[in-house]
Amino acid sequence: MARMMFLCDAERCIECNACVTACKNEHEVPWGINRRRVVTINDGKPGERSISMACMHCTDAPCAAVCPTSCFYTTADAVVLHDKDTCIGCGYCFYACPFGAPQYPRIGNFGGRGKMDKCTYCAGGPQQDNSAAEYAQYGSNRLAEGKLPLCAEMCSTKALLAGDGQIIAQIYRERVQQRGYGSGAWGWRTAYRLEVQS
Amino acid sequence: MSRLRIAFLAAALLAAAPAAAQNVVGTPTNPVQTPPRALELEMQQMLTGGRIAGRVSIPDQNAANLIQPAGRTWRDFHNVTLTWVGAIAILGVLAVLIVFYATRGRIPIEGGPSGRTIERFNLLDRSVHWMTATTFVILALSGLNLTFGRYLILPLIGPEAFATLSLWGKIAHNFLAFPFTLGIVLMFLLWVKDNIPNARDIAWFKAGGGLFGKGAHPPPAGRFNGGQKMVFWLTILGGSAVAISGYILVFPFMFTDIAGQQLAHMVHGLLSVLMIAAILAHIYIGSIGMEGAFAAMGSGQVDLNWAKEHHALWVEQEMARGRISAPPAGAAAAGD
Repeated sequence: MARMMFLCDAERCIECNACVTACKNEHEVPWGINRRRVVTINDGKPGERSISMACMHCTDAPCAAVCPTSCFYTTADAVVLHDKDTCIGCGYCFYACPFGAPQYPRIGNFGGRGKMDKCTYCAGGPQQDNSAAEYAQYGSNRLAEGKLPLCAEMCSTKALLAGDGQIIAQIYRERVQQRGYGSGAWGWRTAYRLEVQS
Repeated sequence: MSRLRIAFLAAALLAAAPAAAQNVVGTPTNPVQTPPRALELEMQQMLTGGRIAGRVSIPDQNAANLIQPAGRTWRDFHNVTLTWVGAIAILGVLAVLIVFYATRGRIPIEGGPSGRTIERFNLLDRSVHWMTATTFVILALSGLNLTFGRYLILPLIGPEAFATLSLWGKIAHNFLAFPFTLGIVLMFLLWVKDNIPNARDIAWFKAGGGLFGKGAHPPPAGRFNGGQKMVFWLTILGGSAVAISGYILVFPFMFTDIAGQQLAHMVHGLLSVLMIAAILAHIYIGSIGMEGAFAAMGSGQVDLNWAKEHHALWVEQEMARGRISAPPAGAAAAGD
């Protein structure tokens, strides 16, 4: 089994936000919720870089560690998923997550948190693969169809890479070697305790 | 000698410069500036507790935080610090109470019940107390469930039942926060005038409240003794802090950002477990721990001998005001 990871090559990301749109469309993510977003650092200054960020599917995931109902689980592909039937929308995973991945629909009288929603690595949830129930709760399950996450698959500059960690790290290293520079794999140290030479 | 070497090095560099410039032909000019480095930034923010943030073009400006390593600190707080502090405080107080009960037993009314009573808390006092008390118990249990339920209840009843229980617990926790806060405000207004600390409280604490050792006498006290005043201020100040930090969490992002919410949770969690531990002792002494004490918040009418023993000055005041008729000294109950 592969160890699935995301890697955003900030030298290639042009902040087109197509990954954000593709994700919202593929999974029919509700208004106000973004499973993926593009953050631009040093905006308008020399050294400006854009990074597409979602759930990084951490090794030793903080969300899973703090969840009061233990609703998280890690698949054989090392994708971190959660069960919306046992999520209570307490917000703890959001406090713990380094990447701000957990999102909550605003429901109820105070606009309080509903059940958490986050990037599934296009791998659905605990329901039967590609069932209507799974789609309604988590969106499509491309991984079960043998496809990679749509955000990375349709990235026009191939800045966003998804797939086995070793393979995408190798692709990134070759790019850096060829062009002579790179700002590194954003979030990899935090999520995977890994350092990609660049 | 060394100067010569530096000069030679400089000349070599100058000669090499055009060659280097030729090498970068065809490379886009933007990487001329040193780009931000993911690894260094992440390590730096991890050490300083800062965040890597930028700009987003989506409406949710909270999404502009790229990486917030402070989540790790919060995780350690929730999974380690809060769990241990909570467990030690609550189990510790329970152990102390059990030892206290085993050695001291139920503290009796020294002269036995007189059979005559005096009104200690009227209906409003008692209603406010029990509104605050019942909401506190539900808030405490549903709150403890978020930290300990995963280890204690989840394995017993399974994930589905536990999720249902926790979801209702969360809803109850959010809504009952309002009557609890109202109770804190009303208790403050009703009882603050009798809870101003004074010199008698110091004497009361020095005597250990007359709690320790058979035949120990509590020093004379007004309407509230030193220990009760402590519980009062703990409830008012602790309750207010817990309420305010709680509202910050119930209305996400309305008052503060992610760092503020993490801090609010830490304050909320720590103060809550300490309050729960303290209130356990309050519940003990107000029920099985002391004969005659429960009546104060039960019927509101306490036995006169109990009142004289614990609140002699208050009894004198009440008698002076003519709220009760002067009883025969040392009267025993008619039925005795």
